[in-house]
Amino acid sequence: MVKVQNLTKRYGDIVAIDGVSFEVKKGQILGFLGPNGAGKTTTMRIISGYMPAGSGTVEVAGYDVFKHSIEVRKRIGYLPEHPPLYLDMSVTAYLNFVAKLKRVPRKDRQEAIKTAIERCGLKDVEHRIIGNLSKGFRQRVGLAQAIIHNPEVLILDEPTIGLDPLQIREIRELIRSLAGAHTVVLSTHILAEATMICDHVVIINRGKVAADDSLENLARSTGGNRRILIKLAEPNDKVIPKLSATPGVAKVEKGNDRFTFYLTTAENAVDPAQNISLSILQGGWGLIELSHETPSLEEIFVRLTSE
Amino acid sequence: MANIWHITIKELKSYFTQPVAYVVIISFLMLSGFFFYDLFTSYARMLGYYQMYQNPGMMEQVNINDMVISPLFHNINVILLLIIPLLTMRLLAEEKKQGTDELLLTSPIGIGQIIWGKFLASIALFLIILLLTSQYPLILWKFSKPDTGKLISNYIGLFLMGSSFLAFGLFASSLTASQVIAAVVSFCSLLLFWIIGWIAESLGEHLSAILKYLSLTEHFENLSKGILHTGDLIFFITFIGFFLFLSMRSLESTRWR
Repeated sequence: MVKVQNLTKRYGDIVAIDGVSFEVKKGQILGFLGPNGAGKTTTMRIISGYMPAGSGTVEVAGYDVFKHSIEVRKRIGYLPEHPPLYLDMSVTAYLNFVAKLKRVPRKDRQEAIKTAIERCGLKDVEHRIIGNLSKGFRQRVGLAQAIIHNPEVLILDEPTIGLDPLQIREIRELIRSLAGAHTVVLSTHILAEATMICDHVVIINRGKVAADDSLENLARSTGGNRRILIKLAEPNDKVIPKLSATPGVAKVEKGNDRFTFYLTTAENAVDPAQNISLSILQGGWGLIELSHETPSLEEIFVRLTSE
Repeated sequence: MANIWHITIKELKSYFTQPVAYVVIISFLMLSGFFFYDLFTSYARMLGYYQMYQNPGMMEQVNINDMVISPLFHNINVILLLIIPLLTMRLLAEEKKQGTDELLLTSPIGIGQIIWGKFLASIALFLIILLLTSQYPLILWKFSKPDTGKLISNYIGLFLMGSSFLAFGLFASSLTASQVIAAVVSFCSLLLFWIIGWIAESLGEHLSAILKYLSLTEHFENLSKGILHTGDLIFFITFIGFFLFLSMRSLESTRWR
């Protein structure tokens, strides 16, 4: 649905993005991750047609963003980093104006505005002036603006920035509910967010794509030897030798306190969790916790972006 | 076409939801009303004197067209020079400042449509202002016999001058994200276009002709005398078209920065 190929953009001498390529399939939610200044906003601005690329092409729904700009713009909903709001308008007046701009036919306009207001939870503030609304509501108006013409593709630049935790949860649920019918590209630097919402992740660092994969694949590919954390009630000095001898365990390390231990699984081994719990039971150390530590997106991210 | 209309309606509403339009209209009416009162009463006084002396030869010199209409329209023109930058400064600068240009430029609407929509909105507000000045000719008609043709050509001149100011103001607004800068740039440049003919006398023949041609007042002069000259009309229309074109290019260039 969205196909980005070899995108490059410079601002003077500064290379903002350099040869970025990725693809988003229909109905997918793609998380676009990267540290601040990695080129996320630039890429999204190019996809949305706000600025042209230095070189490379972007195709949205089969149309080239640069050559068939108007066709692309009809099919795209875009929420920039700062929601583009007219502060002197009421929420409904604003959405009405945007609906006209996005060429929603007159007969469907009221319905479209109503739907957008309901989906974004703006019912209580629909007649208020946008300038008087809180940051969270403004962000929602921005989101309502992006979905009002029911676009095939949604480009959301940091949609949850500046919101309180409850609002963040609501917006995330809203975005999740948009998947399937819409193709979503969203940028964020909150990794938990990507874990929760996205099907697929593109990590960008210093203008280059550092990873482009599904979350599970990313976790697997970077987590060759998995770790298991255990907490014991009454450990003694036999813990380390005994557990080291357990089949499937390669290494045992002490944790931060005397109750915690980290076990590293041997490569290509069957999950040793069962054997471990048995050993602990035999030792009578009182198992409190046993959990698999899959590398979090955070670790993957740090690893990829600090190289 | 519909797109232009949507922009125009939005801008017009915005003029009246903010106090800008009201303040500008009231200030304009105050100043132009003052000028009208001053010109009209001094005309009446003069008329009184000459009647007293029973001098028909001098009576002919006291002409309402020359003593009231021409100076009034000149004065209104000066007021427009002061207030029009205030009407146009917001049009594009504010979009940039608030980041709403990102909405416009990613919507299925052409740059030309955005510029025309905004220009027409400012023209509409300007026409409202012109309509409000019609009270002065109406008062003149009640007490005297002004030259209708001259009034009409003065109005055409005023409309063309004002529209040229608006086109330039819109261009100035497209250059910056600051309303103050837009207003200062358009006021100073328009003033320069106004007075540029003054230095013409001291320059060479060709340069002087060019400067005089560029001067807005030179072209207004004919219209204010009641002469409808195609060359002047073409000048104003070219001026407006040129600065609308530059506004489009300037807005377009924000994409490339």
